[in-house]
Amino acid sequence: MRLNRLKTMAFATTASAAMLIGSTASAVEIEYWQYFFDARVKAMEQLIDNFQAENPDITVTMTHFPYADYRTKVAAAIPAGEGPDVVQLFYGWLNDYVAADLIQPLPADTFPADEIDAEFFPMVQAMKEGDQYWALPTAVRSLALFYNERLLEEAGVEPPETLDEMIEAARAMTKVDGAGNVTQVGMTAGMTAQDHHWWREVLVRQFGGEPYLDDYQTVNYNTPAGEAALDFYVGMADGDPPATAFGFMDEPQAAFKAGRAGMHIDGSFRIGSLEDTRGLKWGVTELPANAEGMRSNYSSYWVNAITTKAEGEKYDAAVKFMEYVTSDEAMQIWLDVVGELPAKPSVGMTEDNANDPVFGPFIRGLEYANTTKFANESAQRQILVEMVERMTLQDMSASESLAIAAEAEQKLLDEYYADN
Amino acid sequence: MQLYRNLTIRQKQIVWAWAFLALPVVFYTVIRFYPTANAVLISFQDWNLLGDRTWAGLDNYAKLVADPVFWQVFRNTFAYLILGTPISLVISFIVAYHLDKTRFMHGFLRMLYFLPFMTSAVAMAWVWRWFYQPVPIGLFNNALASIGIPQINFLNSTTNALPAILAPAVWAGLGFQIIIFMAGLRAIPRSYYEAARIDGVSTWTVLWEITLPLLKPTIVFLVVFSSIGFLRIFDHVFNMTTNNPGGPLNSTKPLVLMIYQTAFNSFDMGYAAAQTVVLFLVLLGVSLLQLRILRDR
Repeated sequence: MRLNRLKTMAFATTASAAMLIGSTASAVEIEYWQYFFDARVKAMEQLIDNFQAENPDITVTMTHFPYADYRTKVAAAIPAGEGPDVVQLFYGWLNDYVAADLIQPLPADTFPADEIDAEFFPMVQAMKEGDQYWALPTAVRSLALFYNERLLEEAGVEPPETLDEMIEAARAMTKVDGAGNVTQVGMTAGMTAQDHHWWREVLVRQFGGEPYLDDYQTVNYNTPAGEAALDFYVGMADGDPPATAFGFMDEPQAAFKAGRAGMHIDGSFRIGSLEDTRGLKWGVTELPANAEGMRSNYSSYWVNAITTKAEGEKYDAAVKFMEYVTSDEAMQIWLDVVGELPAKPSVGMTEDNANDPVFGPFIRGLEYANTTKFANESAQRQILVEMVERMTLQDMSASESLAIAAEAEQKLLDEYYADN
Repeated sequence: MQLYRNLTIRQKQIVWAWAFLALPVVFYTVIRFYPTANAVLISFQDWNLLGDRTWAGLDNYAKLVADPVFWQVFRNTFAYLILGTPISLVISFIVAYHLDKTRFMHGFLRMLYFLPFMTSAVAMAWVWRWFYQPVPIGLFNNALASIGIPQINFLNSTTNALPAILAPAVWAGLGFQIIIFMAGLRAIPRSYYEAARIDGVSTWTVLWEITLPLLKPTIVFLVVFSSIGFLRIFDHVFNMTTNNPGGPLNSTKPLVLMIYQTAFNSFDMGYAAAQTVVLFLVLLGVSLLQLRILRDR
C-alpha cells in the first residue's frame, strides 16, 4: 500500500516534470516593444490576444515605454541581446535602425515585395530595399480638419471646403472681449502641433510651391510660393476679428477639446481622445482646398520590424506575428481602436470606412497625401516654430524669416546626409 | 593568512581601512568616474547612439564655438545664475531673519515656507505654466483683465519668459535656504547680542557687524549650493515650455536642456558630451571662484 502510494507519487512527479519540459520545448515566447500611447497599447493587447488564440504555442509579451525614452532603450537593449523580437519604429528612423544593425529584413517568401507594392499605399515603398521589405505598417495616418458643431451652428457657418471659406468661418467664430482679449478662437494655430506638417506639405503646395527637392534632401520653400504660404499662415492671427491667436490656451488640441476653438487641424490619432470628451460635439472634414480646388495632405506611419535579436524558433514566431499584425483583420482592429487608417487601400477603401463620417475624410486625404522624409523631425519642426516666432514676437518680415529657416534646415539636412 | 600575520599593527590598520573603503571606492569609480571619463571621451567622437563611435577630434568643440544657439544658451544659463542666486538669498535671509524673531505660529509658518521645497518640481512647473497663460485660462492674466489692465505675455515673450520661469524656481528653493539660514542664526551665541545691547548699538550695526559676518559659513554654503542649482536648472524650464522646449526662440533654454535635446532628440551624443564637458568646467570654475572669494581668511 505504502509502496504503491510512493510509486504513484513518483510517477506523478515524473509525469508533471515531463509535461513541464514538454511545454517549454514547444512554447515560444517573443517580446514586442512599442512606445506608450493608451489607444495603441489597448489595440495591441487585443491583437496579441487574437494572435495567441490562433497560435497557442506562442506567447507575445508587450513592453511599452514613454516616447521620450523609447529610442534610447531600444538602442541599448538589442545589441546587448535583450529587448524585443518585434519592434515598432517611426518610418523616419528606418535608415538609422538598418545602419545600426538593429533590425533584419522581412523574409521575401512570406512578404513578397511585388505583392506588398500592389497591396499597400504607395508611401510604404520607402520601407523597401531591392526586393525586400525591412518593415511594414499596420496603419497610416493623415490630417483632417476637426470642427466644433455647436460653434459652427452658433456662428451660422458651414464646414469649409476652401481656405477662404475656412478663414471666413473662423473669423465668424472668434470671440473678443471688451478689452480686446481673445476668449474663443475660430481656428487653432501652433507650429508645435500638427501645423508644421500642414504648412510644409499642404500650404506650400497649395500656394504653388514644392517644399523639397531631391527626395527631401534639398529645401525648396524659400520661394514666392513659400512666402505666400507663410504670410497666409501668420496672417490668420491678424485682422479684426482674427481667425486665430497663437498660443491660445497653451495647446491647440486643448483649446479644441475645451470647446473654445471652432476648428482644429490634427491627425487621425486624435479621434480616440476626442471621442471620450464629454459635451463636445465635433465633426471632421477634409483639409480645405485652395481656390483652384487643389488639395494636399501629410501622412506618416509607424512600422513594425523583426530585430536582429530574433533567431531560430523565436524568428519563426516573430514572422508569424508580423504576418498577423499586417493582416486585414489587424488593420480593421487598429482602425476601430486607435483610429489610425489601414495601410492597405483594400481595407481602408471599403464602402463602410470611406463613407464613415469620422474616418472618411482622413482616408480620402490619403489619396493625395505626401510623406516628408525627415532627417530629424523634432529639429525640423523647431525650425518652423522659430520661423513663425521671429515674425510674431520680433516683427521680422516673412521673407527674411523664411530665408533663415530654409538655410537652417538645409544645413541640418546636409549634415544628416553627409553622415548617412 | 601568513602574510597578514606578519604585518605590523599600523599596516593591519591600513589594510582594514581599505577593506572598508573598497565599497565606496568601487561605487564611485563605476558610477561616477567611469561615466565622467567616458563622457569626456565621447566629446571627441561622433556617435548617434545606434551606430559605431568614430573619432571626430575637436570637431564637436569647434561646432560649439561657432553655434549661435550655444552662446545664447550660455547667456541664459548665467542669467538664471546671476538673477536667481542673489534674489533667492536676499529673500530667504529676510524671511529667516524675521521668522527667527517670530514666536507666534512659528512652526506653522516655517512649514509653509518649506512646503514648496517638498513639492514635485514637475507639478509646480505645470501649475505655474497655467497661471501664466493668456486669457481665458491664465490666473494672472484673468486677474489683470478683470481690473482692466492689458494682458502681459509671460511665457510667450522673448524678454519676460526667463524671469517668469525663474520665479517659481526661486520660490521652490526658498524653504531649504530659510531652514539653513535659521540654523545659522541660531548658532550665533546670544552673548554677542547682549554685549551689543549693553553698548547701545543700533539694529543695523548689529546686523552688519555681528549677524552677517558670523553667518559667513552659512552664506558660502548657500551661495555655492544655489549657484550650482541654478546653473543646472532644467525641470522648471522643460515643463513650462514642453511644446517648444527652451523657447520662445531659445530665450529660456539653459545649457542642460540643450544637452538633453542634442543627446536625446538629435542623438548627436558627441556634441552633447562636448556641451557637458563645458558645463562641468563652468560649474567647477564658478564653485572654485566662489569658495576663493567667500572663504574665511
